[in-house]
Amino acid sequence: MIDWLALTVALPLLGAVFAVVLPTRARGIGMAAALLTTAMALSVSVQVVQGITLRSDLGGWGAPLGIGLQADGLSAALLVMANLVALGISAYALDYFDAGSRRHFWPLWLLLWTALNGLFLAVDLFNIYVTLELLGISAAALGALTGRREAVAANLRYLLVGLLGSMTYLLGVALAYTGLGTLDLGLAAQALTPGPLAWTIFALMLGGLLLKTALFPLHFWLPPAHAQAPAPVSAALSALVVKAAFYLILRLWLDLFGPVAGPAAGTLLGMLGAGGVVWGSWRAFRAERLKLLAAYSTVAQVGYLFMFFPLMAAAAIPRRQELFGALVLLALTHGFAKAGLFLSAGLLQKTAGHDRIAELGPATQSLPAVAFAIGFAGVALIGLPPSGTFVAKWVLLSESFASGQWWWAPVVLAGTLLAAAYVFRLLANAFGPGLQPGAAGGGDQSQCLVPIGRAVQAPALLMTLIAVVLLGLGAEPLWTLLQEPPP
Amino acid sequence: MITQLVYGLAGIVLFLLGVWSFLVHDPLLRKLIALNIMGAGVFHILMAVAYRGLDAPPDPIPHALVLTGIVVAVSATALALTLGQRLERRDD
Repeated sequence: MIDWLALTVALPLLGAVFAVVLPTRARGIGMAAALLTTAMALSVSVQVVQGITLRSDLGGWGAPLGIGLQADGLSAALLVMANLVALGISAYALDYFDAGSRRHFWPLWLLLWTALNGLFLAVDLFNIYVTLELLGISAAALGALTGRREAVAANLRYLLVGLLGSMTYLLGVALAYTGLGTLDLGLAAQALTPGPLAWTIFALMLGGLLLKTALFPLHFWLPPAHAQAPAPVSAALSALVVKAAFYLILRLWLDLFGPVAGPAAGTLLGMLGAGGVVWGSWRAFRAERLKLLAAYSTVAQVGYLFMFFPLMAAAAIPRRQELFGALVLLALTHGFAKAGLFLSAGLLQKTAGHDRIAELGPATQSLPAVAFAIGFAGVALIGLPPSGTFVAKWVLLSESFASGQWWWAPVVLAGTLLAAAYVFRLLANAFGPGLQPGAAGGGDQSQCLVPIGRAVQAPALLMTLIAVVLLGLGAEPLWTLLQEPPP
Repeated sequence: MITQLVYGLAGIVLFLLGVWSFLVHDPLLRKLIALNIMGAGVFHILMAVAYRGLDAPPDPIPHALVLTGIVVAVSATALALTLGQRLERRDD
């Protein structure tokens, strides 16, 4: 019998090892591992959709002692998104790096992928810590890959902040083991009773993870780190790594801290989220560089995710399910859209030699498919129909009115308007003055445009198409998938 | 029992000292030492939890956690030092 769950984690790890041993073949090995891993993750998700409960105890050691992997609707949904996005990033990265960076990129990238898949499937608190650290270390190393001073400085700070976050989480784990006597999520949830100890564990774990999710005002490390990384890495950091920490918050909130996490904690998260929406969107609107804009837009989108918590804490079961589905849909849509946006930004940067938004006109016009992808990503970031974001924001707005918490609505409105403003600022380049030799400022730039092949543009376009069309029009099965199994 | 409690509380004190030092001091090396002290604090707590009296063998799970935690802390520290070294070399 094939252990699908173990293979989903082991394949990228094997690929990483081989890519280190055979650096000249790193690219081929990396792509093969990427394809196989994605196939495994998809087959895991297909089995979850069919209603098969997947659980594997590695080495035959059971729950209290061994390491377990498990897949349910929530992890399957994120697993599919993360692996498809990662496959797209891999295809894009094939020709992105020169031979020198390539042999460093592939092992680290496959290691990051291992950590992601392990994190989505982990069912014990300490295992989550290990995957979280593995994710943070490989992400910081990848972000500093260019070796430029700003990139190294930004990613060193990212690493240190990440370590602070995971150490805080680890203290929570130690206290959880002290108080509950187990690390397995299911067993710990049964043992947890509201009280000072439960609140302390909750605060420590949540605090550590919030730092890693870059919830406002803990977002300060994100924009420089994400903007300075090479484009494929930025895409992975913004679309996947931040989502992984968010997934853990959601998982712990729902599965472990149900009796502890009340409306008060939810409202606090919602308020911080609202701050992130306004501040992130504003800074994105004011940003002068494309990748910084995309990074601040991530701060805003993370904010929306947290605005679901006060509504979920107050809602009864059927409505809660609806909000839960919309929340996951928003996370998935943002994953695809933001990855597409960063990959597009990377192509523009390669073509033009810079990413100053005001001077990107000629480059944008020379790459119609990239301009299209930016447009689609914009539709998803603003939340125009038929994108998945539109559906999610619709649920968010209608639930906030229905539950009497109307004050979230103006925040959504302001964030959406600002998002429209920053997206249209980007798109204006596609229609602005372009390749006119002799025109002020435009003439000399057009001569140094670097040509870009068609195939490299495909991943970005496909990912943004998934965000807008597939997740918007075909979102309904997600709610069925996330349906809590009857107790 | 008292020993166990003293060990555990010392762990919490170490952790808090580490957090304070991490937030207050700017040099990379001090931040890294602070992080490692935080880690040592957590490991202290886990060691205290593992103790089950003089007659019984200690609980192996927290010991395994501490070992894994040390490995993780060493690799993270190594990466941070490498990045820091890269920055310093450019300063000259």
